[in-house]
Amino acid sequence: MPLLSVNNLSVSFDTRAGVARAVRDVSFQIEPGRTLGIVGESGSGKSVTCYSLMGLLPQPPGRIEAGQAVFDGVDLLHISRRQLNQIRGRRIAMVFQDPMTSLNPYLRVGDQLIEPLLIHQKITRASARKRALDLLDEVGIPDAAHRIGMYPHEFSGGMRQRVMIAMALITKPDLLIADEPTTALDVTVQAQILELMQKMRAELGMAVILISHDLGIVSGFCDHVIVMYAGRVMESARTEELFYQTRHPYTRALEKSIPALQAKGRELYTIAGGPPDPFHPLPGCPFAPRCDHAVDACAAAEAAPLEVAPAHLSACLRVQKENLQI
Amino acid sequence: MLRFIARRLLETIPVLFIIATVTFFMMRLAPGGPFDTEKQVSKEVRAHMEAHYGLNKPLFQQYLIQMGHLLRGDLGPSFKYPSRTVNEIIADAFPVSLELGFEALAVALVFGLLAGTIASFKQNSPWDHVPMSLAMIGLCVPTFVMGPLLISGFALHLDWFNAAGWFSPRDRVLPALTLGAYYAAYIARLTRGGLLEILRQDFIRTAQAKGAGGARVLFKHALRGGLLPVVSFLGPAIAGLLTGSFVVETIFGIPGLGRYFVTAAFNRDYFMVMGSVLFYALFVILLNLLADIVQVWLNPRLRFE
Amino acid sequence: MMPESNVQTIRRIEAEPGASFWRDAWRRLRKNKLALFGLAVVVVLSALCFLEPLLCRYVIGYTYEQQDLALGPVPPCRAHWLGTDPLGRDLLARLLYGGRISLMVGLLGTAVSLTIGVIYGAVSGFVGGNLDALLMRAVDILYALPFTIFVILLMVFFGQDIRLLFVAIGAIEWLTMARIVRGQVMSLKQQEFIEAARALGLRPSRILLRHIIPNLLGPIIVYATLTVPEVILLESFLSFLGLGVQPPQSSWGVLIKEGAEMMEEYPWLLTYPALVMALTLFSLNFLGDGFRDALDVRASKD
Repeated sequence: MPLLSVNNLSVSFDTRAGVARAVRDVSFQIEPGRTLGIVGESGSGKSVTCYSLMGLLPQPPGRIEAGQAVFDGVDLLHISRRQLNQIRGRRIAMVFQDPMTSLNPYLRVGDQLIEPLLIHQKITRASARKRALDLLDEVGIPDAAHRIGMYPHEFSGGMRQRVMIAMALITKPDLLIADEPTTALDVTVQAQILELMQKMRAELGMAVILISHDLGIVSGFCDHVIVMYAGRVMESARTEELFYQTRHPYTRALEKSIPALQAKGRELYTIAGGPPDPFHPLPGCPFAPRCDHAVDACAAAEAAPLEVAPAHLSACLRVQKENLQI
Repeated sequence: MLRFIARRLLETIPVLFIIATVTFFMMRLAPGGPFDTEKQVSKEVRAHMEAHYGLNKPLFQQYLIQMGHLLRGDLGPSFKYPSRTVNEIIADAFPVSLELGFEALAVALVFGLLAGTIASFKQNSPWDHVPMSLAMIGLCVPTFVMGPLLISGFALHLDWFNAAGWFSPRDRVLPALTLGAYYAAYIARLTRGGLLEILRQDFIRTAQAKGAGGARVLFKHALRGGLLPVVSFLGPAIAGLLTGSFVVETIFGIPGLGRYFVTAAFNRDYFMVMGSVLFYALFVILLNLLADIVQVWLNPRLRFE
Repeated sequence: MMPESNVQTIRRIEAEPGASFWRDAWRRLRKNKLALFGLAVVVVLSALCFLEPLLCRYVIGYTYEQQDLALGPVPPCRAHWLGTDPLGRDLLARLLYGGRISLMVGLLGTAVSLTIGVIYGAVSGFVGGNLDALLMRAVDILYALPFTIFVILLMVFFGQDIRLLFVAIGAIEWLTMARIVRGQVMSLKQQEFIEAARALGLRPSRILLRHIIPNLLGPIIVYATLTVPEVILLESFLSFLGLGVQPPQSSWGVLIKEGAEMMEEYPWLLTYPALVMALTLFSLNFLGDGFRDALDVRASKD
């Protein structure tokens, strides 16, 4: 029984320049205690997808056109704000990309840390503070008793992200959504944060959705990966299978772009062309203009993701019809 | 924090000194003297009066004497009201102006903050447009139009208040509203702008992700940052309220310092002018310091500068 | 179908219409009905006021100083569209003439404050360091002082020359402009996009034109537009105290003051000048707000 099941989610934005279709017919699931990675470029719709689940989309200009997000029997997209508030922060928690702007600069770290406890549990301030201190220790903040009274700008980037993680985990949620948690951090710190997240996940037994543009990070962390492009799911598979049995040209292109995997001294591989215009989507597969394997049929009609191997979905027409080897 | 306060208080001394000097020389270098308008006075009597007040001495000597007096807190006699000293007049009149100023500030803060907060939460709805339009009116109608209009409407026609005077608590209402209207409008706009800016920030999203409801988001997270523009405005607002009181005191017949000041300036009542200026300056500086302390308290980032 | 190369992509994006900052701003402004209304009112009123000599001679038939003691104060009628004051002077003519003075005071006072403020702020922001700290501390102190008191003293003591009025008023309003310009200059100095532009090989003139100046001009335009109504209000305040423009000249402030004194007996003498001045201030404020939205100026002084 999946913990979260997202079905046919479509989200658009009404802007001055027109209607941007940011998420188109996206579906995925995650089981309790498992990890799911959502990979894509900027503008692929990966963050918007998860913000919609949490009710964090600004609803004008955002608009959820269709879909459901069933979490433990409840459709998150169709409940009242009050009900959503009971789930957010308690059973589903979120960690954001930029810890500097995501923490309130006017409040002490301690106050922000204990807030989820005060909101969701009947607990005294003193007990909440004690729990916060313990958690700060666990996430590796030295001198927690002193630091808990400080303000966010007194922390370094890596430490702020640790605080954000502590803040998300303090209510022991069932699901953690991490939106590019390491993107704003130094490379050395990135590894530490990922390690921390793994550790906490193992301790709490919670499910994690990790959103990233970095295929490498996702592959190290997640059991299952979905690849998004132009608001759609291109491929979805278990991590190993995604890499060793890639069944979508876009995923292959992404893999080829990883610098570490390329031979030294050669020119870096880039995917030619640019991302499509969200205001004027072309018919057919959105990746077709840039795809090495594209044929005319690709530009004519879109292919919805289909199972092309056990638990392995691909949205490539040629893979579906001709079993094209990527 | 204490060092901050100490530094600011120390700064006040040279500032007041400069103000006193500038005022002194402005007054003495201006054409006309305090006794020019006395029509029934002959030349000899005038010379005698000037000598009595030491006005015939060399300018720089007068300056030093004046400074000496000021350092001792002696603001001198008034020319216009020879039986009273400036200290006495100020002691009577200043508290009145101060009270009026505070009441107007209260009006401004209460109406302004309320209207601005509601408008920011219900952006682009009638709850936004109506208060902001009223605010616009408050900004564009000068006090000496607002005052007579309020008097005409509420005092003369509806007979809810007296048209003038400063006797009962009721008499405070119309003057405070008149003086406070402009600032209420300004504060409403600042609050709305400040809150809208804050509500767009990422950390508001984080608070919502934690399951915080509307009230908590507003009071705990948004107001601290959102009020910052208002608090920075408090400094000039205080200065403005004290000077704006001149007009309001005249219209409503309130025995505040403002009226005395303006008349004194016209009459070249040197010591009165000096006393009033210094008093206003001192109070404004002190109240500004208070406003700055509040600002630092609200915005922890300022504490490290 | 050949995939597009990277260079082609950049060229395509740059070539898109409406990519210019000013064009975007103008488009946003055009959509703002209130701001356009404000602009229209300001333009029309200014035109009427500055054409006042011609209008008085050919259309209205009276000048602002022409008295008719026999007639005395009359409410609006065919001969005098807005009525007359106790000296028999036509109110419409006086309103237009007063408008000319008030608008002129507004513009010139703002110009003075703009000049002082921009230079002061730009220098402080650009040079930075201790000089900046000192200059800004001075601004902080001056901001706190009741400047108006000094203006009053100035006007009382040194006569009511209208030129002195501009300078005095400008001297009050320059502080905010200085702060804003300094803030902008400082943040621009640190902007990565300036370095990025240089790294991309954009010519310095192009950087200046497309990046620095729009960022400076934006707040300046907004605050200049919003300063004009403040100046006009300030002038009316001074007029109320008898310190503004002096007879035979007149301004809206003077007219309102006189009207307020005779409010009960001759209400039209207060209503029309007050309405016209309020309308002008409204319009300027709406226009300034419109500029602020269009140019996307965020006023942050910290």
